Amino acid sequence: MEILNAFVLLANFVLVPAIAYGSQLALGALGVTLIYGILRFSNFAHGDTMAFGTMVVILFTWWFQSMGLHLGPLPTALLALPFGIAACAVFVLGTDRLVYRFYRQQKTAPVIYVIASVGVMFILNGIVRFAIGTEDQQFADGARFIVKAGEFKRMTGLDEGLAIKASQALTVVTAVLVVAALFWFLNRTRTGKSMRAYSDNEDLALLSGINPDRVVAVTWILAATMATIAGTLYGLDKSFKPFTYFQLLLPIFASAIVGGLGSPLGAIAGGFVIAFSEVMVTYAYKKFLAYLVPADWWAPDSLMQLLATDYKFAVSFIILVLVLLFRPTGLFAGKSV
Amino acid sequence: MIKVENLCKRFGGFYAVNDASLEIAKGSITGLIGPNGAGKTTLFNVIAGVHAPTHGRVTLDGEDITGLPPHVLFHKGLLRTFQIAHEFPTMTVRENLMMVPPDQTGEHIWGAWFKSAQVRADEAELRRKADEVIEFLEIPHVADELAGNLSGGQKKLLELGRTMMVDAKVVFLDEVGAGVNRTLLNTIGDAIIRLNKERGYTFCVIEHDMDFIARLCDPVIVMAEGTVLAEGAIDEIKANEHVIEAYLGTGLKNKEAKA
Ligand SMILES: Nc1ncnc2c1ncn2[C@@H]1O[C@H](COP(=O)(O)OP(=O)(O)OP(=O)(O)O)[C@@H](O)[C@H]1O
Ligand SMILES: [Mg+2]
Repeated sequence: MEILNAFVLLANFVLVPAIAYGSQLALGALGVTLIYGILRFSNFAHGDTMAFGTMVVILFTWWFQSMGLHLGPLPTALLALPFGIAACAVFVLGTDRLVYRFYRQQKTAPVIYVIASVGVMFILNGIVRFAIGTEDQQFADGARFIVKAGEFKRMTGLDEGLAIKASQALTVVTAVLVVAALFWFLNRTRTGKSMRAYSDNEDLALLSGINPDRVVAVTWILAATMATIAGTLYGLDKSFKPFTYFQLLLPIFASAIVGGLGSPLGAIAGGFVIAFSEVMVTYAYKKFLAYLVPADWWAPDSLMQLLATDYKFAVSFIILVLVLLFRPTGLFAGKSV
Repeated sequence: MIKVENLCKRFGGFYAVNDASLEIAKGSITGLIGPNGAGKTTLFNVIAGVHAPTHGRVTLDGEDITGLPPHVLFHKGLLRTFQIAHEFPTMTVRENLMMVPPDQTGEHIWGAWFKSAQVRADEAELRRKADEVIEFLEIPHVADELAGNLSGGQKKLLELGRTMMVDAKVVFLDEVGAGVNRTLLNTIGDAIIRLNKERGYTFCVIEHDMDFIARLCDPVIVMAEGTVLAEGAIDEIKANEHVIEAYLGTGLKNKEAKA
């Protein structure tokens, strides 16, 4: 019984949140990795691209809510998602046209792109804060839980409860669907294959008649789609605050790099590695240990937390360094960084 | 067919191609020879749209194609291979070949979704074509190997195979024979002649192997220091004093004299 309790406790506070968070990071990292693989630069504006897409989703959600539109148990944000994706795609295509295309034509060094993307980041950041404010925004509605802690306790008779939020379940389901669609697209369609070809060898792709403008446009649209979905899921799960999304850049990049930049599969693996590390390292194991170790043997007097939650961003860094030390190209051998 | 007029390409202060003018006749297999660093590859790069020329003009069938990007030239029927073999390393040899032909139904997102029967038919046709090319190049044992794992010579063959996947008008071959063994080199030579005769490809071939050039090419253009030094049938070229001095060396002359 004690062991079961310990396990449920861990599932409730580590497993479930980490899977949801991991899915969100994976979707974010997929966007970063696609841009890196095809356009060959690290897009620092990605976190704020997520914020922008999510902001549009929120505005539409509010509008729909005010008109009395609802999706029953599902959040109204799902209804607004296509609009957010469309707006975000238009926006990134615009920045590509105005900013990156120039550098592409000049065949500039990647570092210039990175700096340019920092500029784009600040602009996006400004737009988002100007439009929706810097405060926390709640936009989740519909059912809150699919498994409630109290019900779980009653049904199983355990002391510990397991709660699964609707947003967590939604995150995982959506992530699985989106990733499946993305992989089908990349591996099965001609356009997807052209993208892989372009990422493999740009010169050869051009000489095989692949139109670079198309590849670039499709890449941006995919990245915007991933970013908006990731941002919306994160916002539904936690809350929306522009600054948080800017901060997400670090774990997202860590995920992409740990998995291997340019490798979509790696981005997903990396997302879960980072999410699990972050949640596990900042979890207080006191209660968990209390279940496993009889109190008369040894009772921990601290929280048994490896790192305070305030330092959770450091975890991404540590994992990043550790992985790169042993596998410089990342877990899934992307392009070396 | 291809006309190059007063072409210059400068890298920094150095003219890799310096006022080169030449013509490639329709249906010919034109040889392009010259010492290392003569600017042959650079000339190809400029014609194929990889580099914009500093000066000069290139026309294809009378149409000005100067500075057009490679993918546009591809659709006009102008293909080239790389001196240093390029491939899509994370795709198999067959997939590499199947990447080439343009304008398939699956290329358009709508097509991929709604015309799947058509897409499958296209794919099957492509696969058949790719298998033909693989058979022709005698590399069926590596058909499903990742192209990145091929040997240098096999990559060269893949380069040639790529040009056989579509109906090209004019193909620029940059040392397809380098690093390929003798027997295969002859096979490649046969392939070039066959493509030229049967499919009407025009070729421009860079090669350092004089026997290969002699067997295939007429006329032969000699480049040195960025410009065209001489042009004519292979025998005229071999007898040309300037060419002997700049490229062939007197060794060849002595050998010929003995024979
Ligand atoms: N991208 C470049 N930047 C600077 N210099 C270049 C570049 N490409 C070629 N060159 C220079 O131009 C000259 C001609 O090079 P090119 O590759 O055209 O020679 P080549 O005739 O093909 O020689 P080889 O027979 O060795 O292949 C060389 O001196 C080379 O250093
Ligand atoms: Mg060369």
